[in-house]
Amino acid sequence: MSAAAPLSLLDKLWASHLIRELPGGTALLAIDRVMLHERTGAVALQSLATAGRSVLDPRRAFCTMDHVVDTRPGRGDATLMAGGEAFISATRSAARDAGIRLFDVDDPDQGIVHVISPELGIVLPGLTLVCPDSHTCTQGAFGALAWGIGSTEAEHALATGTLRMRRPRSLRVTLTGTTGPGVTAKDLALALITRYGADGGSGAVLEFCGPAVTAMDMAQRMTLCNMATEFAAVSALIAPDERALGWLQGRRYAPVGETWKRAVDAWRQLASDPEAHFDAEWSLDTTEVAPMVTWGTSPEQAVAVDAAVPREPRPGRPTESYQRALHYMGLQPGQTLTGLPLDAAFIGSCTNSRLEDLRRAARVLRGRRVAPGLRAICVPGSTRVRREAEAEGLHEVFLAAGFEWREAGCSMCFFAGGEHFGTQERVISSTNRNFESRQGPATRTHLASPETVAASAVAGCITDPRPLLH
Amino acid sequence: MQAFTRLTAVAAPLYRANIDTDIIIPSREIRGVGKQGLAEGLFAGWRYREIGGREPDPAFVLNRPEFHGAKILLAGENFGCGSSREHAVWALAEYGIRAIIAPSFAPIFENNCIRNGVLPARLAAAAVESLITGLDDGRHRRQLTVDLEACEVHGEDGSTHAFRIDEEARQMLLAGADAIDLTLLQRDEIEAFLVRDRQLRPWVYLQGEGEDHP
Repeated sequence: MSAAAPLSLLDKLWASHLIRELPGGTALLAIDRVMLHERTGAVALQSLATAGRSVLDPRRAFCTMDHVVDTRPGRGDATLMAGGEAFISATRSAARDAGIRLFDVDDPDQGIVHVISPELGIVLPGLTLVCPDSHTCTQGAFGALAWGIGSTEAEHALATGTLRMRRPRSLRVTLTGTTGPGVTAKDLALALITRYGADGGSGAVLEFCGPAVTAMDMAQRMTLCNMATEFAAVSALIAPDERALGWLQGRRYAPVGETWKRAVDAWRQLASDPEAHFDAEWSLDTTEVAPMVTWGTSPEQAVAVDAAVPREPRPGRPTESYQRALHYMGLQPGQTLTGLPLDAAFIGSCTNSRLEDLRRAARVLRGRRVAPGLRAICVPGSTRVRREAEAEGLHEVFLAAGFEWREAGCSMCFFAGGEHFGTQERVISSTNRNFESRQGPATRTHLASPETVAASAVAGCITDPRPLLH
Repeated sequence: MQAFTRLTAVAAPLYRANIDTDIIIPSREIRGVGKQGLAEGLFAGWRYREIGGREPDPAFVLNRPEFHGAKILLAGENFGCGSSREHAVWALAEYGIRAIIAPSFAPIFENNCIRNGVLPARLAAAAVESLITGLDDGRHRRQLTVDLEACEVHGEDGSTHAFRIDEEARQMLLAGADAIDLTLLQRDEIEAFLVRDRQLRPWVYLQGEGEDHP
């Protein structure tokens, strides 16, 4: 008898959730967890109820308030956006009717869905987890197959405990080398997207591996996986190691006792076999990567912070996209980004709002002040992150530097709560999308790491953070 | 769900790469919890002269008289990237768009199309460009025929291009099928899986509040 064929991590996750193959090349896949938020969750739950269907197992579904909820200190249900309260109240009643645990506006565990799910041990290695939110891939950092879906697919997952899905292609991304000071997972993600394109991972599940990934703390791994959707990937994975398991142990919904031990035995098998087949391979020597900043309106339009705006469109892309991006951003071909004056700085979002992100930004800000006239905002990713940051005094560093210190939520990553930056204001942001008008009407977003955002806030212009880290 | 078989309609070119769902339906245009009332916000940032305004920008393709009533879009790579908001597809469908032809789609958006009876047809960039050129030749009507049975797009000039779509998606669209109804036909197999899986991975199956740990 021949040895079993070597399997990738994706192969193993797929096989353990496969209920049956379906005609037409898709599969019926078991879904272990469904996460919802008030922006896309209420509509899914309402639509399900209208169709007379119920949630198969409400104990494996969870809901939070993050997208629409206000983040100004002392918030309640009110939002700046007209009608925002309706999302909150509809979600509250729909979650109650469906019997789903809701982390409400004032809950000590409230926060951005992809921040609280790991904090509470809702995501675990080897699980399938879906959420009507594209950044669900964040949670692949724990070795779970976690991906974003639409509201109709969420209804399907809630009602049947399954999804119909074509098997994604597998793409291994090996990160070698050692990152220099001030170079983070965010910079690596932007470097990769710029190299391979915003559709480079189309239809794939990326598996990040290599020494530079092993060296990352869990917050950095989540940042790296978070950006997978910006390659048009289905999701991203990192094989769970002892660091990941240690991070999860004792979290509220993680198993305990004998079940924990049994689970850990199973989770230690969740790695790609040495000879496993991948449909494609990428690699990046992280030693060569500098802090990155975007210049355009797609995450693929990024350069090293000390580099210039490209003089040519990306090969194969319509010239109109390039010209439109330059026009929208108010930039010229060949223009240097360092020194570009800023109106605002934003630290937050499911990409970069965890305790470690805030600590790294605070290192830059300690003893410094943001430039006069610049508006700077820090929004912790969860109420727990906020509490823990305050326990170590980070809020005092942010406040003393002139940052606003907010309640947890998605906030001005996309102004869903109605709060936004001004017309044509230039913002440096630790978020994930520099799309047109994403952060406000005609707002010009430059994506960067929390360090680069903090350093640039201090300088009042786009700035290399490295000199401020010494 | 409305079935899709064959459609002859005005086709509008919007040939830019990475048209994201914030462009298709900006956050500020999603004003209610439901799926309706979104057509007016479709492409709001490009379609109107002012952000938040309603005065049409005459330069935007869907505002040009020759593309009035368009039901087909011809777009660039990675159409529908970004946010998972299904509102993007609800807005397109409510506006009247039934098919989008592009070299590639973002995966969540593509699925959302299929679940709402909108056809995402994958066609090589060169073929999309050739169709766009054909629309502008001045000799023909600016319309195309999309045939989902044959997986073909026909230009008014007689050109034919074969497009790609997953077979299950094609069947769902042709039948106007509801995915949940189809899946519930497998209820017994799902139940059997859960019974087996509870033994293999008990930690997956939470007991509910008060006894969180399996």
